[in-house]
Amino acid sequence: MTAIWRMIGHRLLLGLLTLFIVSVVIFGATELLPGDLARELLGQSATPETLAALREQLGLNDPAPVRYWNWLTGAIQGDFGVSLANQRPISELISGRLWNTLFLALYAAALAIPISLTLGILAALWRNSAFDRISNSLALSAISFPEFFVAYILVLWLAQSGLFPSMVRITDATSFGDRLYMTFLPALTLTLVVTAHMMRMTRAAIINLLASPYIEMAHLKGLSPLRVVLRHALPNALAPIINVVALNLAYLITGVVVVEVVFVYPGLGQLMVDAVSNRDIAVVQAVALIFATAYVLLNLIADVLSTVSNPRLMHRR
Amino acid sequence: MTMFNKPGELSRRGMLKGAAAIGAAGLILPASLGAARAQPKPGGVFRIGIGHGSTSDGFNPGLWDNLYAQTFAAARHNQLIEVGADGQLKPEIAEDWETPDGATWIFRIRDGVTFHSGKTLTPEDVLASLNHHRGDQSTSAVKPFFDPVTDITIDGQNIVVTLDAPNADFVYLMSDYHLPIMPGADGKIDPMSSDGCGGYIVESYEPGVQATLNKNPDYWKSDRAHFDRIELLSIIDSAARLNALITGAVDTIDQVDPATISMLESRGGNRILSIPGNAHYVFPMDSRAAPFSDNNVRLALKFALDRQEMVDKILAGHGSVSNDNPIGPANRYFFADMEPKGYDADKAKFYLKEAGLDSLDVTLTAADAAFSGAVDAAVLFSEKAAAAGINITVDRAPNDGYWDNVWMKKPFCASYWGGRAVEDHMFTTAYARGAAWNDSFWDHDRFNQLLVEARSVVDEDKRRDMYQEMQQIVSFEGSVVIPMYNNYVMAVSDRIATPEKISANWNLDGFRCVERWWTA
Repeated sequence: MTAIWRMIGHRLLLGLLTLFIVSVVIFGATELLPGDLARELLGQSATPETLAALREQLGLNDPAPVRYWNWLTGAIQGDFGVSLANQRPISELISGRLWNTLFLALYAAALAIPISLTLGILAALWRNSAFDRISNSLALSAISFPEFFVAYILVLWLAQSGLFPSMVRITDATSFGDRLYMTFLPALTLTLVVTAHMMRMTRAAIINLLASPYIEMAHLKGLSPLRVVLRHALPNALAPIINVVALNLAYLITGVVVVEVVFVYPGLGQLMVDAVSNRDIAVVQAVALIFATAYVLLNLIADVLSTVSNPRLMHRR
Repeated sequence: MTMFNKPGELSRRGMLKGAAAIGAAGLILPASLGAARAQPKPGGVFRIGIGHGSTSDGFNPGLWDNLYAQTFAAARHNQLIEVGADGQLKPEIAEDWETPDGATWIFRIRDGVTFHSGKTLTPEDVLASLNHHRGDQSTSAVKPFFDPVTDITIDGQNIVVTLDAPNADFVYLMSDYHLPIMPGADGKIDPMSSDGCGGYIVESYEPGVQATLNKNPDYWKSDRAHFDRIELLSIIDSAARLNALITGAVDTIDQVDPATISMLESRGGNRILSIPGNAHYVFPMDSRAAPFSDNNVRLALKFALDRQEMVDKILAGHGSVSNDNPIGPANRYFFADMEPKGYDADKAKFYLKEAGLDSLDVTLTAADAAFSGAVDAAVLFSEKAAAAGINITVDRAPNDGYWDNVWMKKPFCASYWGGRAVEDHMFTTAYARGAAWNDSFWDHDRFNQLLVEARSVVDEDKRRDMYQEMQQIVSFEGSVVIPMYNNYVMAVSDRIATPEKISANWNLDGFRCVERWWTA
């Protein structure tokens, strides 16, 4: 087990380095964008005098490295600062939305992972059958449509008839059940979008193993096909499946801005887009770091789990 | 105009008479609505889905720039003066106002008004609220309009504003949405506070998502703010906004996509309000740079576009043709009888020849940030102009950074104006020599002379003549192509009743739907 702990510690350190690099890159990229916060805030009504006054107040006149350093020292002490645009504490801006984003991601994952694993295993079991072909083509069609299209189709079928709300309105008073009901359509949209990837990886990984000699042996011993797949093939196919699940989870956390817009869901994606278009660098950095952290942690978990699932990896020389 | 007969005795009513109906443009409503007219009744929840709103919005009145912030502000604040649904100025926090000479303006502050916090409104609060937009430290978008203000002082229950020169229209500035009256402390307002003296008290606010407000039980207006509760939702996506209305998640939406209007109407349960205002779309040309420095070239371009086609295709008929005139039909001195400029390729060719050119190649930069459909409008322009030997290359710019990199940077681009209640504001903002937002960099001696003179002219007929001459000059010698006025298009559920007259000065009944509408 110490090998695992050593690996986790090692990865966490590397993760911190990655986060640092990400923050530098994001800061640099935002610097490259035309215009600045003052200009974006005043929009069409900016005049040179008001611009100068606003830049002075916001501290935009400091050189870029100084602004980066100020932000970094604050962030390390856990102080993400205030949004430059409206002076609200960033932690307050983000906390509610982060929870919303995680909720939607987990909800979609809770729907998508069982569905895609079941479909993938069954497709592998009955490969080249009608079931295999139909589930494959349906999953591929769902992933091929743009997200907003899938979303609008669901709204047309399920929301306009009054079955589900087309718009998500979450307040502090919303109960967990209402929350599940209100966010069903966005979660379903995301499920349709991510299922194909996981399902096909499951199917491919299992089919790959089914050609191995030990599976043939199991068959020869007269085990049922389902038992062969679940007991003998699946454990060895876990590593690639875990990796693709982690990748899709990360996507569900970071890449759902289109779905957020269609369903008016107050998640992190919309906040990030607003912050970038306003050049509100403090918010951009904070959200980017959350996204990067999600990727780093999920990949770490995936690596740990696939190592655990494959004892050979724990003893490599 | 009799307003200056006896100096010192000009009353608000005299001013109003002179002001005439600036929002005379009525409203287009289906006839079936007659039944919904009744006395306003109190109660109910009013949920509005607004196509604006950003996580960067805040409470600082100098920075409000979108419909969400404006409507939210109208729900919780009052101003000195309100623009009524008929376009006339109405007293709000200023009970009355007068000016002895046009350069000194005296506003009598209403007694007995309280803020949501319970604090009583005093002239000191008004002074702090106005001073927020003045001085070197101010970041307010309306700061330039306070440039002529030399001093603001308190005199008992009055606020006295002194200008550097007489301006008969100055009082209109006090109705600007940037100027809510907020509680002051040590001569300053707190730009982070939601406290106001309006009809609703903020319960919760998440920028870019939603705001909820409850009725202010101590509101001084007894005939306004009928709803118990207001919910303002920011729904940027126009399809999502429409779905929210259809599924009953909201009661009113703004900026209805013209393509969906007929389908929404045939569905029933909702009605479309299409209000002609002064808002207009523009294509400014940099009058300093060749080829636009030659007025013949500018005229050639003005004859080379089919304005009616743009109204039909870009606005789906929810607008009207503009004759390159930034003064709209809802303005007092609108020059309706000006010689129209239809699409005329021969005339365009003629003016090109006058300019010594056989053909003309120009680039028109557009993005939908300028106005919804701007890129399509530019393409229509280009198609029609080709017949006159004018080759317009449409350069599609990104929405992001449009106001920074294109507007007032590229020689020929798309833009818009929200329109102004007062001719002088519109001209001073975008057409006066050296004005910060003179986006065509236009400088016309006669126009500039008239503009300054007209401010202090009190004779109504003379004033009208002067403003009409200015419109004529801008239309035929100006450097901005103005194809159309766009209506404010909203969709309202039949659960909500609207008054007979809807304000034309801004969207959503001049932002005041929250306190003027009621539950049907």
